Amino acid sequence: MKAFTYERATSVEAAARAAASVQGARFIAGGTNLLDLMKLQIETPTHLIDVNHLGLDRIEETPDGGLRIGALVRNTDLAADRRVRRDYAVLSRALLAGASGQLRNKATTGGNLLQRTRCPYFYDTRMPCNKRQPGSGCGALQGMSRSLAILGVSDACIAQHPSDMAVAMRLLDSAVDTMDANGARRSIPIADFHLLPGDTPQQETVLKPGEIITSVTLPRPIGGTHVYRKVRDRASYAFALVSVAAVFGKDGTARFAFGGIGAKPWRVEAADAAAGRGAKAVAEAALAGARTTHHNDFKKMLVERTLASVYRQREARA
Amino acid sequence: MPTDHVTRRGMLQGGAALAAAPAILSQAQAAAPRTGKGAPMIPVELTVNGREVHVPVDPRTSLLDMLREHLHLTGTKKGCDHGQCGACTVIVEGRRINSCLTLAVMHDGERVTTIEGLGTPDRLHPMQKAFIVHDGYQCGYCTPGQICSAVAVLEEIEAGIPSHVTADLDDVAVNEAELRERMSGNICRCAAYPNIIAAMRDVAGEKQA
Ligand SMILES: Cc1cc2nc3c(=O)[nH]c(=O)nc-3n(C[C@H](O)[C@H](O)[C@H](O)COP(=O)(O)OP(=O)(O)OC[C@H]3O[C@@H](n4cnc5c(N)ncnc54)[C@H](O)[C@@H]3O)c2cc1C
Ligand code: SF4
Repeated sequence: MKAFTYERATSVEAAARAAASVQGARFIAGGTNLLDLMKLQIETPTHLIDVNHLGLDRIEETPDGGLRIGALVRNTDLAADRRVRRDYAVLSRALLAGASGQLRNKATTGGNLLQRTRCPYFYDTRMPCNKRQPGSGCGALQGMSRSLAILGVSDACIAQHPSDMAVAMRLLDSAVDTMDANGARRSIPIADFHLLPGDTPQQETVLKPGEIITSVTLPRPIGGTHVYRKVRDRASYAFALVSVAAVFGKDGTARFAFGGIGAKPWRVEAADAAAGRGAKAVAEAALAGARTTHHNDFKKMLVERTLASVYRQREARA
Repeated sequence: MPTDHVTRRGMLQGGAALAAAPAILSQAQAAAPRTGKGAPMIPVELTVNGREVHVPVDPRTSLLDMLREHLHLTGTKKGCDHGQCGACTVIVEGRRINSCLTLAVMHDGERVTTIEGLGTPDRLHPMQKAFIVHDGYQCGYCTPGQICSAVAVLEEIEAGIPSHVTADLDDVAVNEAELRERMSGNICRCAAYPNIIAAMRDVAGEKQA
């Protein structure tokens, strides 16, 4: 690990200011992704700003009946929160399908959204990777791409977004609340938060330098039957090959979001509109424009089958 | 990618593996190229197994390395050093975490319990006793992490925290499927899993009685 200096921020404003003014500074929350990458020298911050003590660890009700989740709320606490279990079960389920008990005790809401890809070439510093080293090429395009994305990809990068939580957040139309170095706050719809790789796969979100996530806000509950189905190589403790988050309304409508297949948490209106026509139709709509490799072509079939399983789960509970 | 990069990294990795003594760590730090302000040692105060400790550490020091190299509490093991195996599991402020994926300086003022703090050879923790009775290990390398995790898992179930296999999110109970799922962050190369689960069920039964 490269040498760095460390500070414990004492206020959100001070944290954002410090992050914008010190070249190479980064926030550290749970540390479960950042430190992993720092050990491999994929991330080499010169200064770490610890944001664990800023009072951002609360879950509060919003005036319009939603929930504001502090950026430092741990994945375990969010999944176990009574209101989340009752009104946003798909979020509890997505969180509990991710990582391990130990990791969820540390991992935070903000850090989870910003976790970086699990592309094996991104992790291997001997290989070319446009995301890790812009302009060096993409090792995955001609390599082992079984786990990688098939939607939203580009000639520069086909990395998948690895988060389970973010898929449920996308499904629920949450918003990412931030503060920048000047103390200005904004609320970013999650649909606009993550960027597609295009020619600049190193740019993953719309956050500006120094901008800190303060919370993620969920709109008021939408009711319905909540399902999160994750398909992976092991029964537990593995990243998704394909995951589907779904909420089925009583009126026959439904919404779907997908993990493991997109360069960002994936959701398209056409898939929701196809809800009444079943798994095959939803899969077809969701997969419009999919670009697969020899290794990950199977994901298209897996999306349809996972959706079929989601429909069955819904029927079993209705 | 230039070969000089690979060589330099190889050297650093070798250096880190050899750096058993803090003295070597600080030499490595002195030799490290300093871009920004450099990285002075930071004093950390923790309560480890009920004992207060004060240690100056390089900010890079993981909680795991601090426990093993600075405090010589070598019960906590280094397996993968990337949060994938669970051998480094300790309990911080009542919660199990991977001590390899967190910095010692981030835990200033906190309480840490390691396998050494759960029980001693003549006063074993019930979970330690159960692991012996049920043969919950073979080579034993992952065992301290397994036991710390197992103790915390039973507390998580008691606290009503659901898991991936909990059918009704509001109805959390001890059963084999729950224990297996919750222990999935602790890998055992000898595959002592069935016996680990038996040990945990034994302890959970005692508690409920
Ligand atoms: C072995 C293993 C298995 C895993 N399996 C899964 C899985 O199955 N599913 C899944 O979804 N995830 C999985 N994860 C990933 C895990 O969920 C993430 O590592 C975790 O959520 C990151 O949160 P953190 O708080 O630890 O982030 P950190 O590592 O602290 O930070 C991550 C990034 O976010 C930035 N950041 C953190 N907080 C803020 C903030 N408030 N404002 C602005 N920037 C911020 C940091 O600067 C850093 O760049 C796994 C991880 C490991 C190690
Ligand atoms: S897919 Fe993206 S992350 Fe993976 S090697 Fe190519 S550029 Fe890097």
